[in-house]
Amino acid sequence: MPFILRRLVFYVIAAWVALTLNFFIPRAMPGNAVEAIMSKFPGTLQPSAYRAIEAMLGIGHAGSIWHQYWRYLVDVSHFDFGVSSSQYPAQVSTLLGETIPWTLTLVGTATVIAFVVGTALGILAGWRHGGALDRTLPGLMFLQAIPYFFFALILLELLALKVHLFPVGEGYAGGLVPGWHWAFIGSAIYHSLLPALTIVLTSIAGWMLQMRNVMITTLGEDYVIAAQAKGLPSHRVIFTYAARNALLPQLQGFGLALGFVVSGALIMEIVFSYPGIGLLLLSAVSSDDFPLMQAIFLVITFAVLLANLIVDVVIVFADPRARVQEATR
Amino acid sequence: MTATMPVSTEAAVLVGQEAVPGRWRRMPTKAKVGAVLLGFFVLAAIIGPLVTPYDPSYQNPNPALSMAAPSAAHLLGTTQSGQDVLSQLLVGIRLTLELAVIVGVVATALSVIVGVAAAFLGGIWDELLSLFSNVFLVIPSLPLLIILLGYLPQKGQLATIAVLAALGWPWGARVIRAQTLAIRNRDFISAARETGESTWRILAFEIVPNEVSLIAASFVNTVLYAIGASVALAFIGLADLNSWSLGTMLYWAEGQDALQLGAWWWFVPPGLAVALMGTGLVLLNTGIDELGNPRLRDASSASRIAGRWLRPTDPTPVLAEVSQRRTGLAGFVHSFSRSSLLDETEAGDTL
Repeated sequence: MPFILRRLVFYVIAAWVALTLNFFIPRAMPGNAVEAIMSKFPGTLQPSAYRAIEAMLGIGHAGSIWHQYWRYLVDVSHFDFGVSSSQYPAQVSTLLGETIPWTLTLVGTATVIAFVVGTALGILAGWRHGGALDRTLPGLMFLQAIPYFFFALILLELLALKVHLFPVGEGYAGGLVPGWHWAFIGSAIYHSLLPALTIVLTSIAGWMLQMRNVMITTLGEDYVIAAQAKGLPSHRVIFTYAARNALLPQLQGFGLALGFVVSGALIMEIVFSYPGIGLLLLSAVSSDDFPLMQAIFLVITFAVLLANLIVDVVIVFADPRARVQEATR
Repeated sequence: MTATMPVSTEAAVLVGQEAVPGRWRRMPTKAKVGAVLLGFFVLAAIIGPLVTPYDPSYQNPNPALSMAAPSAAHLLGTTQSGQDVLSQLLVGIRLTLELAVIVGVVATALSVIVGVAAAFLGGIWDELLSLFSNVFLVIPSLPLLIILLGYLPQKGQLATIAVLAALGWPWGARVIRAQTLAIRNRDFISAARETGESTWRILAFEIVPNEVSLIAASFVNTVLYAIGASVALAFIGLADLNSWSLGTMLYWAEGQDALQLGAWWWFVPPGLAVALMGTGLVLLNTGIDELGNPRLRDASSASRIAGRWLRPTDPTPVLAEVSQRRTGLAGFVHSFSRSSLLDETEAGDTL
């Protein structure tokens, strides 16, 4: 099987596992959405209201469990995630549609920037091993160990509240109508600068450290020494010989670490009241809105899986070894 | 979650390194700093709750003590409701570290079992176990943790430990599987088999002891993950909010606008504690990496030969290469410091 096809099968399996978990967790766990609503109005809601709430949320348990499972898969494939219990009668899919673009733009752009800059710095730190840049690593590790949301709060306090350099939270200035006009786009970009800065600063050290370590190992390889012995200019040795080979493990690491980075970014959105999925997740958690919570889990998982697939495609293009593997199979 | 991405890329393999006197001295600087930082927090976790100046939950009704700045009586100030921040911090460090260590132990045990089993059973079992771990590796854990904890009626310490441990093992399992595959066919394993040792004995006394450093690294990573995830979960309110952990401290501080009201003493200490613990763990892990892979060591482990820093892994310097590196003042003085022409040739130069 070609490399990409094999990876595709893997991601389909992973997606299926996520879907199945999502289906069975509510049925295996003690609490449920209906009880959560019932408990919020003790006394006022009669036990007979149970069925009514179930019907309202569209989670009535009709038929066998396998029948339900099948119905669920069909619904999800139509992006039908049911009705939000906290923002009734809004459809979960509508709520997701409103928030996904925000998160995707902010977290996507910032993560890619952090990865590119971190990798570039890692190349330099690995090349000048023990040099000035390399010595900043312990400091960067400290930045990386700070919880995202805590760092976000400190930045918010220092750069938005004390020095009025950036706006305090929200996705765009109040009074603007979202749309494709410059006033809105400019405002949205301005409001996303500080959240993006948070993501970049806290995640850059991880990419840098990883790339530096792989670089140092790669620089010890015979072919790099041979390239140097041939008298090739340093930049050619660094980028064409060492960095290109060190990039493959780095890209693979990128795919695997993406889940962590995205999760951190979600919590950070809460601090900035950024109108993305993270904020939606918080409101879902605080109001026990299980349909919404579960849909968010699915959306985030699928996004990470898709990003991983893209990384795999990039690897095939970047690394001849992956292509050779494909040809010889 | 916080920035707890797995940092360790190279698995440290230390076979047959005995603890010898002077080992501490030879440890990489990063590992030393990390160990000292962690030691400090472990100490705080052990003796902290015994020496708390106040009951962390006691709400002092005195209005002057609502969000009071640090003073002699309250070294880290007070919260909105007059609780002592230092006492909360000391109890919180204990609770957070306790949780993280238990999660670390349970999840690492799981990864050893899964990793070793996959490599040893081989065939379809290996494939299935690997698939299982890889699937859970790509599925983002925080949203899943949120759903699991969300459904649990009691979100106490035990529930958090259970869900964190249940999702914290795949990374370790993957690395340990790879390492087990690498040593499975070594001669000493064959020898053990030849002498009639049982599979269990081989696993417990031949394989696992040879993976101690790898298991240690995976433990450190898991503790890091557990701290980050538990603090993040508590921050969004998915924890027992009546107990004092670093995460719940941050939850209450954020909920009552501590930072906006200028009460930095309430907000900064727990966050800083999390960050410093995390830094300690990352440094320790980097140190473990460097022990196993000498190339990664920084210049501090180098020795100075004729004005040039050489790392242990650098090629042996050629004399000419060393002596040519006279720059600046040394080069200037060198131009007239020699007594004869013979003395100036490189071979005659003494190091």
